[in-house]
Amino acid sequence: MSAAPARPRPLIDALLPVAALAIALMLFSLFVALEGQAPLEVLETIFAGAFGDAFGWQNTLLRAAPLILTGLAVALPARAGLVIIGGEGALAFGALGAAAVAVPLAGSPNPLLWLAMALAGMIAGGVLIGFAGALRQWRGVNETISSLLLSYIAVALMNHFVEGPLRDPASLNKPSTYPLAPEAMLGALPGLDVHVGLAVGVVCALLAWVFLHFTVWGFAVRVVGGNPRAAAMAGLAVTPWVIGLCAAGGAMAGLAGMIEVAAVHGACNASVLVGYGHAGILIAFIARQNPLAVVPAAVLIGGIGAAGSLLQRRLDMPDATVLVLQGILFVVLIAIETLRGHAWRLPQLAAPRHSPTPALAAKTDVSV
Amino acid sequence: MHVDAITAVLLAMLGGAIRVSTPFLFVSLGETITEKAGRINLGLEGTLVMGAMSAYAASLHSGQPWLGVLAAAGAGAVFGLLHGLLASLRRVNDIALGIALMLLGTGLAFYWGKAYIQPQAPTLTAFHLGAWSDSPALRSALDINPLFIAGLVLAFALHWAFANTRLGLTLRLVGDSEAAARAAGAAVIPTRIAATVFGGALAGVGGAFLSLFYPGSWNEGLSNGQGIMAVALVIFARWQPRRCVLAALMFGAAGAIGPALQSVGISSGYYLFNAAPYALTLLLMALTCSRDTSLKGAPGELSLNR
Repeated sequence: MSAAPARPRPLIDALLPVAALAIALMLFSLFVALEGQAPLEVLETIFAGAFGDAFGWQNTLLRAAPLILTGLAVALPARAGLVIIGGEGALAFGALGAAAVAVPLAGSPNPLLWLAMALAGMIAGGVLIGFAGALRQWRGVNETISSLLLSYIAVALMNHFVEGPLRDPASLNKPSTYPLAPEAMLGALPGLDVHVGLAVGVVCALLAWVFLHFTVWGFAVRVVGGNPRAAAMAGLAVTPWVIGLCAAGGAMAGLAGMIEVAAVHGACNASVLVGYGHAGILIAFIARQNPLAVVPAAVLIGGIGAAGSLLQRRLDMPDATVLVLQGILFVVLIAIETLRGHAWRLPQLAAPRHSPTPALAAKTDVSV
Repeated sequence: MHVDAITAVLLAMLGGAIRVSTPFLFVSLGETITEKAGRINLGLEGTLVMGAMSAYAASLHSGQPWLGVLAAAGAGAVFGLLHGLLASLRRVNDIALGIALMLLGTGLAFYWGKAYIQPQAPTLTAFHLGAWSDSPALRSALDINPLFIAGLVLAFALHWAFANTRLGLTLRLVGDSEAAARAAGAAVIPTRIAATVFGGALAGVGGAFLSLFYPGSWNEGLSNGQGIMAVALVIFARWQPRRCVLAALMFGAAGAIGPALQSVGISSGYYLFNAAPYALTLLLMALTCSRDTSLKGAPGELSLNR
């Protein structure tokens, strides 16, 4: 950890995620081989299950839709230097909020109903993660831990409402909220077997990208994320920016929850919680917090997830296989950061650090 | 509520505190050691799950639950080593690495654990310290697991070792000021790696408690963030092993509110009470953290309180 900042090497730096993917695939192959499976066959099956045919693609894109949004939920606060891992709870809150307003508003004209559901989901998720940002700015509480705790609290609240006050008495085995009217459901994209949520995700990613890279506010955000102290000295209101980005991120995850309710499940119940919120962390890291790169990263992770059932059916492997692949990919991705700007030099394990201050500063660099 | 019911709830909470606190205790003691050396391992959640699975598997195959505990410690140490080594690389953020290892540990535990969801492995037996009492509630509250006692002993031993041994001193020095540690000739990186390995091993043992005692079987929903809560618990305990005991008991009691109320017939709001330990953690963090100063008692090299 030298005192000098890493020299930017755009080409090498851009290739690092690709290198990470290659290394992760090799390690995963090794794991699979040790488990007595043929690595090539497993990788082939994953590819076939994810991108092999129209059915695979459809499955992949269905998962990518909420994943783009949960990826943005991590990527946006990260631009202000915060590591948020509470996306799953924000998604749960969003799903709950959307389902809660759908019941009293049933019968309203569709666009209005969709708008109300989306707003409810975004506000619910935004308040949750915004609170983590506020706790950090006002009380110095580490946002990584607080967002995860809030996530557990949100999931508990969702369970409480789904099994209690908002429960549809007709949902016997699987407690759910009252089902949405069929016409309130979000339809498919024209010509595709994938719901509108995919387009919503892509549009959100585009908007976030334009905001961050082409507006004065985006510049302010980058200053805040790069060096809060300098930003404060330059007269930028750091606290509102940090809380605002957290809230915006939470709103994205909340919107993902709304989409899962309004396009897939038709009600809020435990099935909306399948780990999209957690996968969002990985996606944001693959994309290096770039909103546009979140889209292909979400498709990649969505594809890996979609391949799970084919692995199970064809090779009789546990559905956790894809979780192992994701885990390996994530670890490699974080570890390979060590090569950033120093790709020409081998990492030194016990490299001397000059003084505690730069060591701390570098460790707090969240855009790892 | 009748007096009897209140007594029953309080007893159930006491029993719950003793029964549920052991994983919190072990993980928080492990995290205390790691953080004393200046690193944070958020991956202990994954380590806990991995420990639970390995313990159950080893106990099933060997018929010896204590071998299971050993296997859990071993699995935890391996994950600690991975974190310790990778976090030593330049530019690798220990918090992000922890999240990644959490995912990997959970994935591997679910993968290998698939085979152990059904069979019944031999579990640890409790000491029945309540045999003198006529009250079945009190008796069951005082069924104390040997791992709980081991955790208590460990907490006091660690407290003593931090203050009185050369190793303890080195650990604190490395965590407080890297420059001072180097000046004193301490091996900073190896100390941190060793502290992370030890912390991982303890978290593994915490997991072994889950699968081998309470609830006493392996399944994928076994840990509900106990590993993460332990990180907050360490902050609350101000990096002092003895206060970890208190904090763990408190969290155990908070987690037992829901089931305790249910046992006397109050089942509304069950899920809300389940959120109690998380809400408590958050509240404590909000109350004890401060924006302007670093936390009292926090190791100086820690990246948690930036």
